[in-house]
Amino acid sequence: MAAKTKSKPTAEYADAPINASLTDEDKIELLRKMVRIRRFEQTSLKHYQGDKIGGFLHLYIGQESVAVGSISLLGDNDHVITAYRDHGHALSVGMNMDECMAELFGKATGCSKGKGGSMHYFAPDKNYWGGHGIVGGQTPLGAGLAFALKYKGLKGCCLCYLGDGAINQGAFHEALNLASLWDLPVIYIIENNGYSMGTSQARSSAYPEGGLAQRAEGYNMAWDKLEGVSIYEIRAGVQKAVERAHEESKPTILEIMTYRHKGHSVADANAEKYRTKEEIQRYMQEHDPIEFWKTTLIDEGVITEDDYKAINKEAGAEANSAAEFAEKSPFPDESEIFDDIYWEVDNNTEAGRTGRHFFHK
Amino acid sequence: MPREITYREALREGLDEELAYDDNVCIIGEEVAEYNGAYKVTEGLWKKWGDKRLIDAPISEAGFIGMGIGASMLGIRPVMELMFYSFAYVAFDQMMNNAATCRYMSGGLTNCPIVVRGPANGGTNVGATHSHTPENIFANMPGLKVVSPSDAHDVKGLIKSSIRDNDPVYFMESTVLYGMTGEVPSNDELEDGELIIPLGKAKVKKEGTDISLIAHGRAVVTSLQAAEILAEKYDINAEVLDLRSIRPLDEAAIMESVRKTHRAIYVEENKPFCGVGAQISSMIMEQAFDDLDAPVLRITSADAPAFYSPPIEKLQLPNPEEIVERALTIC
Repeated sequence: MAAKTKSKPTAEYADAPINASLTDEDKIELLRKMVRIRRFEQTSLKHYQGDKIGGFLHLYIGQESVAVGSISLLGDNDHVITAYRDHGHALSVGMNMDECMAELFGKATGCSKGKGGSMHYFAPDKNYWGGHGIVGGQTPLGAGLAFALKYKGLKGCCLCYLGDGAINQGAFHEALNLASLWDLPVIYIIENNGYSMGTSQARSSAYPEGGLAQRAEGYNMAWDKLEGVSIYEIRAGVQKAVERAHEESKPTILEIMTYRHKGHSVADANAEKYRTKEEIQRYMQEHDPIEFWKTTLIDEGVITEDDYKAINKEAGAEANSAAEFAEKSPFPDESEIFDDIYWEVDNNTEAGRTGRHFFHK
Repeated sequence: MPREITYREALREGLDEELAYDDNVCIIGEEVAEYNGAYKVTEGLWKKWGDKRLIDAPISEAGFIGMGIGASMLGIRPVMELMFYSFAYVAFDQMMNNAATCRYMSGGLTNCPIVVRGPANGGTNVGATHSHTPENIFANMPGLKVVSPSDAHDVKGLIKSSIRDNDPVYFMESTVLYGMTGEVPSNDELEDGELIIPLGKAKVKKEGTDISLIAHGRAVVTSLQAAEILAEKYDINAEVLDLRSIRPLDEAAIMESVRKTHRAIYVEENKPFCGVGAQISSMIMEQAFDDLDAPVLRITSADAPAFYSPPIEKLQLPNPEEIVERALTIC
């Protein structure tokens, strides 16, 4: 498979059955989801700079199509796990802006009660298993979620996202071997934004001509490389992998080419040093997935420019409202420190009441 | 005539009963299935339960332990075997970050009902890489539970409650104990029909009045031998307390014993620096200072990597004579 570096016309992917079946409302919803992620993150950036948010803030701006496009394909027995750049996946699975923003603000109303922060969003009720801070550390867990589905005899899959900087971690390679050896229905999605923090792909990874996903061949695993600017291409490509997982219980590696407009995190002081301003500008102008999808939908006559403005405005208002909710919410109580460590203690079971579990003071 | 079986057989019985108890229990590890277990703990279980429940893993600890943790989040109860607990270090990120902290970082939305078990001991001339005793390291991490059974009876009862526990339990055995026999009642002799021992309950292995020898794992056996010598040669009546589980910890049993005997030694095969005994002696000092007639002592493995040469490695581990000698300094 030849390497693709530029966005391709979407027509061939628009005709794929999984896309041809999309209604206008579905298409608008995909746009709305991407816009909501962007406005959520733009708002969070403002409050990070206003000192309302601690620690790291890894923004997904520029990559929204990957989470939105791929997660739009999932059903009841399909699961999602990702790394620390996790806001987009969280909103894509249906977590709401209030709980996500409050988590950033470290508030008790946050999705993890203020215990996880930006990198550790979870929503098991939405088949969403985090939000993981250690690069590549989630990749064996993704295999495990797939293992559990297979063990229980459920027709489902796990989408396990990672960045291009994670592909050199040993845990990832171990997970790939297990996934292929045991026919686990897991789909590893490498969101390739070109940089593992400040180190470019060329300086961090050795890989075959077909790209990072082609390493799959060493594990006798299917792979594909997709252009991430196009929702149609992502949906068409990921759907093939989902069908492979559902019908054959086989894993896949997908490499989806994308670009982050911002730095590795907001604390990345060199975001415009290891990448030229021209490069960043070019991607923002030519490869912005929201602009791309908006233009596609306008060309198709699905929306007008005014419709887009309304969606944008609505998402901005939702994000501002989330920030107000977060601001007004209380911080967690100090007594929360010792909750959510042991299931047995939290549930006051006999096991939880037997012996000393905590050793402070 | 009470039934006597080996530690290994008792452990296997516990695993077998839990495989029967819950379809979500499966055993995953290197050589656990077709090979019958590197130390024969799982012998016969693959033949009985088949490929779905007994799974041979490639040599890939970070991968398969992490996979087990992910599966446990979705309700599977994997019992992962580490051929040696020393290999936990290869899976350290999975065991310390993912199993221990996902519950906290999700605000209590997830839990990992996984057991990671295997032998954690020195003394078998396999060199430093295969002789680690990491119970203190894992017990340092809130969110984890650490269990270290010293005899056949306890290993069965504790593995069963560990598998039913809804938190991650790291279960540390000893290859030296695998062949030791002990009394283990069969289920039809038991009122409840099965042997379950809760975590967090210590056991007085020998009652005494003059000094408390507190220990876990194989050091309990060494302490019992020392207690015999102390009684026979020096007329000292030592109490031996087996913690059985390190976290959760039966603090009340420790203090009760110390308040009775007024003297204590913690005996373990851990290294001394921040070892389990360091924690226990600190707690005794804080809570029972006025009951003590002497400083709390600690006997550990020598503070050096495991020596290969068999006669020298033997000297690195606690032995009954050393315990007697140290006991005499405070009795």
